[in-house]
Amino acid sequence: MYKLSRTRIAIIIAICLLGVFYALPNILPNKDSLPKWWQPVNLGLDLQGGSNLLLEVKIDDVIKERMSSIEDSVRQVLRENRIRYQGLRAGEDKVNVKIDNANSRSKAISAFRKIDTDLNVAEGDDGSIEISYSDIALNNLKRKVVEQSIEIVRRRIDELGTKEPVIQSQGDDRIVVQLPGLQNPEYVKTLLGKTAKMAFHMVDSSSTAADARRGRLSANSKLVQGEAGETYVVSRKPVVSGENLVDAQVSFQEGQPVVSFKFNSFGGKKFGEATKNNIGERLAIVLDNEVISAPTIQSAILGGSGVITGNFTMESANDLALLLRSGALPAPLEVLEERTVGAGLGADSIAQGEMACVIGLIAVIIFMIAAYGLFGVFTTVTVLLNLVLMLGALSFMGATLTLPGIAGIILTIGMAVDSNVLIFERMREEVNNGRSTKDAAETGFREAWATILDSNLTTLVAAFVLFYFGTGPVRGFAVTLTIGIATSMFTSVTVTRVIISTWISKCKPTRLPI
Amino acid sequence: MIKALSWITKDTKIDFMGARKFTYTLSIAMVVLSFIVIAVKGFNYGIDFSGGILMEVKSENQIDLEKVRSELSQLNIGEVNLQTIGDSGQEIMIRAQAKNMDEKEQMAAINEIKSLLGADMEFRRIELVGPQVGDELKIAGVVASLIAMLGISLYIWFRFEWQFAIGALVGLFHDIITTVGLLSLFGFDFSLTTVAAILTLAGYSVNDTVVTYDRIRENLRKYKKMPQIELLNKSINDIFSRTLLTGVTTLLASVALLIWGGETLRSFSFVIVWGVIVGTYSSIYVSGGMLNLFDLRAKGKEEDINPFGKVE
Repeated sequence: MYKLSRTRIAIIIAICLLGVFYALPNILPNKDSLPKWWQPVNLGLDLQGGSNLLLEVKIDDVIKERMSSIEDSVRQVLRENRIRYQGLRAGEDKVNVKIDNANSRSKAISAFRKIDTDLNVAEGDDGSIEISYSDIALNNLKRKVVEQSIEIVRRRIDELGTKEPVIQSQGDDRIVVQLPGLQNPEYVKTLLGKTAKMAFHMVDSSSTAADARRGRLSANSKLVQGEAGETYVVSRKPVVSGENLVDAQVSFQEGQPVVSFKFNSFGGKKFGEATKNNIGERLAIVLDNEVISAPTIQSAILGGSGVITGNFTMESANDLALLLRSGALPAPLEVLEERTVGAGLGADSIAQGEMACVIGLIAVIIFMIAAYGLFGVFTTVTVLLNLVLMLGALSFMGATLTLPGIAGIILTIGMAVDSNVLIFERMREEVNNGRSTKDAAETGFREAWATILDSNLTTLVAAFVLFYFGTGPVRGFAVTLTIGIATSMFTSVTVTRVIISTWISKCKPTRLPI
Repeated sequence: MIKALSWITKDTKIDFMGARKFTYTLSIAMVVLSFIVIAVKGFNYGIDFSGGILMEVKSENQIDLEKVRSELSQLNIGEVNLQTIGDSGQEIMIRAQAKNMDEKEQMAAINEIKSLLGADMEFRRIELVGPQVGDELKIAGVVASLIAMLGISLYIWFRFEWQFAIGALVGLFHDIITTVGLLSLFGFDFSLTTVAAILTLAGYSVNDTVVTYDRIRENLRKYKKMPQIELLNKSINDIFSRTLLTGVTTLLASVALLIWGGETLRSFSFVIVWGVIVGTYSSIYVSGGMLNLFDLRAKGKEEDINPFGKVE
């Protein structure tokens, strides 16, 4: 039946009112005091201003690092078992070694398997052995590294006090960071550009840097550069590493900024033992393979806390404290993409969008009334209602409105009229075929429906593809396009039907004015 | 008085198909020309696809474009493209493709440009797309367009017969190629947003085609004896007022967007404006006209072909 029951009309009106209700926050003056579930639509970074960073987690670096530590373990295993070997070498993602003696080789292989159960140990024809991670282990490692990186990035950014940052993974090895309102991401990029791996190493006083360069370096020591380019010989194994830190703050010592830190109980114990046994020796504080400072141990530090002195300014001390507090990144990060929009440009975009929207709306309304008269007025109601419902749906769903999204809304104003036109034109044909007013209206709705459905579904296909492949602003466009299709079908079919059926039963027109 | 345009909503009897020889030639010429333009001129890829740096800066004072250009040319960042935004002369867009630069070098280049332009400038937009991401986005754009075309044709194949799907696909291809050709000819920015506009155009064009096809199918059932060419003409005339009305309203909205929507949406709205025009044309002459190449009544038993059966 073309005439709708009271219940259905009530439901239709309820949906409209709900749309108006959810669209309302967008025009209310005092937006901050509104409850969380009743908010204006989210604005994308291109409209409110802010910075969007796409970071790559350099997992390959982690794997390479792991391989070099596996190389160390392999060497140790071989020495302990007195096995002769040649060509021990760590590559990007594997460790190779060659053992000629078959007996020692099988002994070595079973020993290698014990280093880490995740390792694949493969034997070649010529006595060569290749050690690498299994695919499953590699995937687990990647996932863990990305998860940890996100956690650390979040902690570092939270320290900055940026409002509502979004940090999430994208694809296999990427992290998206969205920072609303941030105009200058340089500082964030600097902070995220440091892995901040810290460790305390004993300075090896038995050999100088000059000795080491001549090749006389003990197997337990390594060379590390200092901040000013000087070279230190330090123990290969750290006394304590930064993982055991629980807090770091800036404080002052003799008017100089320093970073004071606190260990957890394990770290405090290790630190206490090391300082007790090495009084008079120097302790190097190494951050990202660079010595910050190497003070001489005056006395045992047993309380589990201490200070890092160095050539700090207030800012650099602050940065270091922040980095230590939030922890080290498991892998270096690299910025692949950056998009920053100033708040001024965002506001301009909104103003231009509103302008185009209002002008487009007025033009479409004038045109429809000029073409259809009274039915054009009916269309005006549905077009305006559609706009409100779109805004309401976007706000309700917490969708993000972007600049292309605004374009999508404006386009919908033009395209949504289509369903109305299809219905009206059908009615006109039926009138021409000699049907009565009521009959023509009824047939018009029925016959137009299949066409409306078909034509909207094809647009929906395009919108879905855009949503799937698009990122950021383009995705926002796909969202508004999809919502626009749904709401416009509701307003121009259902609401128009309510209006026209009410009009016919109230005014009892003898002919349709089309 | 109010219904000044009510003449649109009248029945028409235009011999659309009479002009088909001319429009076939026109369509083929446009497609061939588009290919030639694309081959010769290529695209003005935005940084989404080419990778590189894009900055929009605004100053309190007039910006001397030549001075900025010569200053920037001293930085070793390759070819730099400068363009004013709006009429005030206080706003410019700087674009550098930064070829052969990795992300770190691009970042350094941004800082160099910033310090060169000085602190009193307002940096309204800074975008950096590394070469890796640029290549990925290019692939994603192509894949998205192909999948959209495939999805739309599949839908039409399910709802109509295969002849219609081919007609719609050819129409779609015609619209996309001529649009892309125009983008190349006028040197419009080719970015992710442009791809979005092209897919929207595809949606609109097929929407129009579907309405035409719906009517053709209906008339095929109604008028069993009418000659095919006459039937096509009648179907197009039946819905011509709708075609015109919807075309004009969509055009009104998209022209508003083109004029008042701002610089960022310029190539987006251009594609839509052109898309409405070419989409309307092609649903009559390309997708519609194409059908005349087939005998639409050959079998008549559409239930055999249409897996969904008749949908009412």
